Amino acid sequence: MTDIDLSLLTPVLEKYGPQGRTALLPALHAAQDIYGYIPEPVAASIGMALNVPLADVYGVIDFYAMFYRAPVGETHIHVCNDPACAFAGADSVFKRMTQTSTINGGTGEMRVTVELAPCLGLCEHAPAVLVQEKPAGRTQVQSWKDLVRGSIPHQRSIVGGDIRLLTRNCGKNRTTSLEEYEDSGGYAGLRKALSLSPAEVIAEVKASGLVGRGGAAFPTGVKWEATASAPGDPHYVVCNADEAEPGTFKDRVMMEDDPHRVLEGLIIAGYAVGARKGYIYVRGEYIQAYHTLEEAQEEAEAAGYLGENILGTDYSFEIEIRRGAGAYICGEETALFESIEGKRGFPRVKPPFPTTHGLFGQPTAINNVETLANVPLIMTIGAEAYRQMGTEKSPGPKLFCLSGDVVRPGLYEVPFGVTFRHLLFDLAGGLRPGREFRGALFGGAAGAFATPDHLDVVLSFENLRAAGLPLGSGVITVFDDTRDLYDILLRLSRFFAEESCGKCYPCQIGTQRQHEILVRMAGGDIRPEDYQRLTDIGRTMTDSSLCGLGQTAASAVLSAMKYWPQYFTTRQA
Amino acid sequence: MDESIKLTIDGQPVTVPAGVTLLQAAEMAGITIPTICYHVATTSNALCRICVVEVEGARTLVPSCVAKAADGMVVHTDSERVRLSRRTILEMLVSSVDLSEAPEIQTMMAEYQADPQRFPDAERREPPVLDDNPMYIRDYAKCILCWRCVQVCAEDAQYTFALNFSGRGYETQIGTFYDHPMPETTCVFCGQCVGVCPTGALKPKREWLLEQGYSPDEVMELTRTDRRRRRRDSIE
Repeated sequence: MTDIDLSLLTPVLEKYGPQGRTALLPALHAAQDIYGYIPEPVAASIGMALNVPLADVYGVIDFYAMFYRAPVGETHIHVCNDPACAFAGADSVFKRMTQTSTINGGTGEMRVTVELAPCLGLCEHAPAVLVQEKPAGRTQVQSWKDLVRGSIPHQRSIVGGDIRLLTRNCGKNRTTSLEEYEDSGGYAGLRKALSLSPAEVIAEVKASGLVGRGGAAFPTGVKWEATASAPGDPHYVVCNADEAEPGTFKDRVMMEDDPHRVLEGLIIAGYAVGARKGYIYVRGEYIQAYHTLEEAQEEAEAAGYLGENILGTDYSFEIEIRRGAGAYICGEETALFESIEGKRGFPRVKPPFPTTHGLFGQPTAINNVETLANVPLIMTIGAEAYRQMGTEKSPGPKLFCLSGDVVRPGLYEVPFGVTFRHLLFDLAGGLRPGREFRGALFGGAAGAFATPDHLDVVLSFENLRAAGLPLGSGVITVFDDTRDLYDILLRLSRFFAEESCGKCYPCQIGTQRQHEILVRMAGGDIRPEDYQRLTDIGRTMTDSSLCGLGQTAASAVLSAMKYWPQYFTTRQA
Repeated sequence: MDESIKLTIDGQPVTVPAGVTLLQAAEMAGITIPTICYHVATTSNALCRICVVEVEGARTLVPSCVAKAADGMVVHTDSERVRLSRRTILEMLVSSVDLSEAPEIQTMMAEYQADPQRFPDAERREPPVLDDNPMYIRDYAKCILCWRCVQVCAEDAQYTFALNFSGRGYETQIGTFYDHPMPETTCVFCGQCVGVCPTGALKPKREWLLEQGYSPDEVMELTRTDRRRRRRDSIE
């Protein structure tokens, strides 16, 4: 073993040691920033300082894809290989990078590690890569040297839509400052909320009909009410910013372009449920969003929107921003709590639910970024005006992430109730000339396929449910008539096999078997029993998995089997 | 706990005390639900999902080892949906690891008509046997990841914390800090992990050596610790 200078670690241990196990991920991140990976003596020192058993420290390091227990290159490149990036040529980008002689532990001037990564949430810039955690898009046209040196211009988010309420300050290719946010009516929602009682705030949110935008569509006001009334102290609020569903990038754009809206939503949520502390858990790959939020947090503290006696009231609230470390499963709310608590991201058995037994076992309201971004709007314009938008059962604005084979991939804000056709053709510019719409994946890897028969489906919870399509987090990956369905399915099944936490048997083994069968099918070897095999795996994962990841890990495959059964009995060209 | 709960299990009205699980409630009614990861002395994590049952009105199947009985519940412990999940889980399990020393699971496979060849080209988990201490061996090719060993090593019994996991998903394996040999860990060789292992993945070293064909004398020679050896030498 090379000499490890443990004295470099001292400030890290001094900072995080007193916090104990909850600081394990932050301490590991800090250590990796120093050493480039997590050497064994460093892991041992962290375990001692934080009072975490060493076996557990190792278990955590090995669970998260972004922690390395062995040295990696000085430059570390992640190449996204999920459908939207694959359509844009991710495979050849990866091939080009890995064919270069200096990579993967080479001893030349530029030692580079290149690895495939799950969706990086940069789908509108496909094919995307992260270079030393810095995003780069349209990489098929960049030179290898520019990529490795990280000299890639910042990618402007493409933001559009019929309305611009949540995204009003997004798409300017820079972060909205506190002053600009205030000028656009920012923090008026917080002022309004603080003039009401917490119960009145909850009543307003309930009246608005807001439901969660992270995928589960649970009524936000009901969740807040249950948390507020749950016995036990303290209460917590958590912003789930672990956006990792393939094809989804809306939360990243919101956090990077308009971070104060997210903070304001979380402060109001904290006030409503009686929390004095809130957490924002940002996925590990979103380093830019993480830093942007940190800066916004400082601005908000300086301006009196955060901290003791907010805006001169009795209410005090602080926010801690946490980074994930490469685990899709941590978007599952209880796995996210485990991660904040310094553990492997294993989902918990529910019930009990977070509203009574959440973070650190305390009553917790956990909401998605977009959900919280709706809250200042509701407080400002009132529930009645909010309900004027959208449909009766799906009120309000909704963000959609369109990517794949569309002319203008981007983030589009619409009121609920427009058609898929409008979104695809009027807003995203339709398909490229000469191409035909073949299908779309609604809801990401955990979603289901739409066919040309679904083009006129109305985008609302009730209409999508009737059409058998999930809204999920609002992600739509479009593919044209030139795409290979086997290749798409293969990428989805690989994603789940790599991201399964391994806790429950149906998902731990089912995602692996499903992937193996799809790999074989894609290679042309399709056997008569395969259709039933995939059906049984899919039904078992859906019915019997412990958490939402496993319960949806076969969703896309089962829907493909429904619409294109011939692909699963005979190899189609 | 003086409150009682009335529910229906497999068509049979059952009255049980409040707070019992569906697994316990079924047992009180004389109905056996199969289990794999469940152990009476360890925390139930509901991870093997063999004990799932169908509760009317629930979207998914429900793990009976942790789900509490509630008034008015209508439970089916052996419906077609339940049997399909159990059979498929067993078929996937046998395609992954060596169950030759797990007779209870083999019996279950017969009961659910699970086909051991259902996934013929499956990648199996076949790591080599870890023989790194004089007390027990670790044969993770037989490990079904029931978590019992990790739990008894931690808060369920011993508070030794020598074991945790490496990897995740299908690649998960029980392991030590940076894969150190057991004598270099906090392991105190209490044997609790060996005691709760349901598949022979953890096994006393002497038993394993006998199975490998060593004679009892050779086994003694191979497993005596230095301390014992010294003691015997001094007696001689």
